[in-house]
Amino acid sequence: MEKEVVFTLTSLYRDDMRITGYRFGKGDKAACIIGAIRGNEIQQLYTCSQLIKTLTKLEQRGAISKHSQILVIPCVNPHSMNIGKRFWTMDNTDINRMFPGDVNGETTQRIANGVFEQVKGYAYGIQFTSFYMPGDFIPHIRMMETGYHSPSLANLFGLQYVLLRKPKPFDTTTLNYNWQLWNTNAFSLYTNATDQIDEKSAKHAVVAVLRFLTRMGVIKYTSHSGYIASLLNEDDLLSVKTTAGGIYRRLKNPGDGVERGDILGEIVHPYEGHVLEKIISPTDGIIFFAHTSPLVMENVVAYKIIRRLHE
Amino acid sequence: MVETIVSIGLAVDEKMIIKKNRIQPTNLKGNEKRICIVTGLHGDELEGQYVCYELTKKINENIQSLNGIVDIYPALNPLGIDSVHRGMPTFDLDMNRIFPGSENGAMPEYVAAKIIEDIDGADMCIDLHSSNIFLREIPQVRVSEDMEDKLLPYAKLMNVDFIWVHPISTVLESTLTYNLNNKNIPTLLVEMGVGMRITKEYGDQLVKGIFNLMKEIDIWKGEVLEVREPVISTEKEVGFVNAKSSGIFIPCIGILDKIRKGESIGEILNPLTGEIEEKVISPCDGMIFTLREYPVVYEGSLIARVHGGA
Repeated sequence: MEKEVVFTLTSLYRDDMRITGYRFGKGDKAACIIGAIRGNEIQQLYTCSQLIKTLTKLEQRGAISKHSQILVIPCVNPHSMNIGKRFWTMDNTDINRMFPGDVNGETTQRIANGVFEQVKGYAYGIQFTSFYMPGDFIPHIRMMETGYHSPSLANLFGLQYVLLRKPKPFDTTTLNYNWQLWNTNAFSLYTNATDQIDEKSAKHAVVAVLRFLTRMGVIKYTSHSGYIASLLNEDDLLSVKTTAGGIYRRLKNPGDGVERGDILGEIVHPYEGHVLEKIISPTDGIIFFAHTSPLVMENVVAYKIIRRLHE
Repeated sequence: MVETIVSIGLAVDEKMIIKKNRIQPTNLKGNEKRICIVTGLHGDELEGQYVCYELTKKINENIQSLNGIVDIYPALNPLGIDSVHRGMPTFDLDMNRIFPGSENGAMPEYVAAKIIEDIDGADMCIDLHSSNIFLREIPQVRVSEDMEDKLLPYAKLMNVDFIWVHPISTVLESTLTYNLNNKNIPTLLVEMGVGMRITKEYGDQLVKGIFNLMKEIDIWKGEVLEVREPVISTEKEVGFVNAKSSGIFIPCIGILDKIRKGESIGEILNPLTGEIEEKVISPCDGMIFTLREYPVVYEGSLIARVHGGA
């Protein structure tokens, strides 16, 4: 393993921001794994740290294939992480909306450019990431339909679900999208946490990446085969929205099977304690996404359900 | 007549309400044209607040000159303005990157869809922005290249100093302006001033321009003042000046000033060592239309935009 600083940004009032990469193996650019790009992606940072720990051991055992190089960057934004901000410290821009970056552009465009120059050209790109709505997911692989995407490869992670979504204009500046444009097979791996560490979920994510890399011939790692994934389109997910604001009581969790008419959650009056609204499942299915915050507004997506799928 | 466009119940005994003020002639004929003035999509941009006030006041003072419908939306992101927050609190994405929105999406996407629904059918829209806290902008209209032929005649009526015809960008397809233009509602994006501040003279300048535009499209029949001739970006190039080092930027030139290639825009200083980290110079002859307002800069921070060059 070789540890190197892949990008440095100087700051007047703080230590330099160093983006550190860990390289395993030598030769062709086989796989690149990115952890936290946002400052609150603690789970993503932790998952990457555990992956680096495991890859270090595997390399010592000679389990990295010849002529295969793996790059892992656990954190693209330590400056924000160290002060508890999700986005860039000064102007609150999102580095994951700045790819492929611009070497002569604004600060976060330069960071994105510095990172992208390092991570492009790999056969496979995997990003541990988080969603723009606060909530928990079933662990899954998410892919954008760019024309370059490959759902059959996504299946090889052995997670239960692969979700396909049509990119929106604002997605065109994400790392995943640009990886695909530069001929990298790109996958976003969602675990079921962001700000908090979920050990079990992190471990599953690490194993999923190791399983994938093994199946692609990049490493040798023996694990169980995982799942044959169900391929979902985002349009297959049914959004269940709140009709009142208040204190949110979650009764069903991601992965739970539900039937039409089941109570998924309750909205409690914030002063008087009675139930203002029962959130009822409009369909049979499996909970894919669930809101987390204890307070909830009206018209918020509280759940996304995979319709007509059973446990 | 103040109307509610969308109302969302918040968690604890409050509603988030987006309002508009509709001003219209006393006797409607039914074929009046309608203009929408929208602002406050970014909560840290306040220049439009004064424009809305002044416009409403002046129309009401001469209501007999009103020949059409004026819808004024001062705060499309009321929680953001209240909390000095550029985006909508609790939501990650920029409010101006989620249009046309979605009835089934996250709450702000739902709000975006309702905003579009309310503006739909208007004959003209002006979306007022005021940069951010980092940069000061001269009053300008921004028009994407593909809309130049259609929008430039309207933009010239707005009494702005500059019209920036900029390249098309996929990301901008999710802005309010793009989506309204896409619905065949001519929509002008105005940028002026700086975030978290109100520059009264810019507001007064723009109000004159809005009356001039309203006169041209038959919404206002009162007297209007002569407007200035804007510089149009297509005549020359736009040069970007980004910081090469981190430090404190002190300008030695003002916005709208003329500058020659190689002349100083300012310096980036190091308050710890007392050294000059960088002398910032202009890449071309031209006019400064964007200038750094917030002094602390990182490598890459935008210092200025200069209209000039070839």
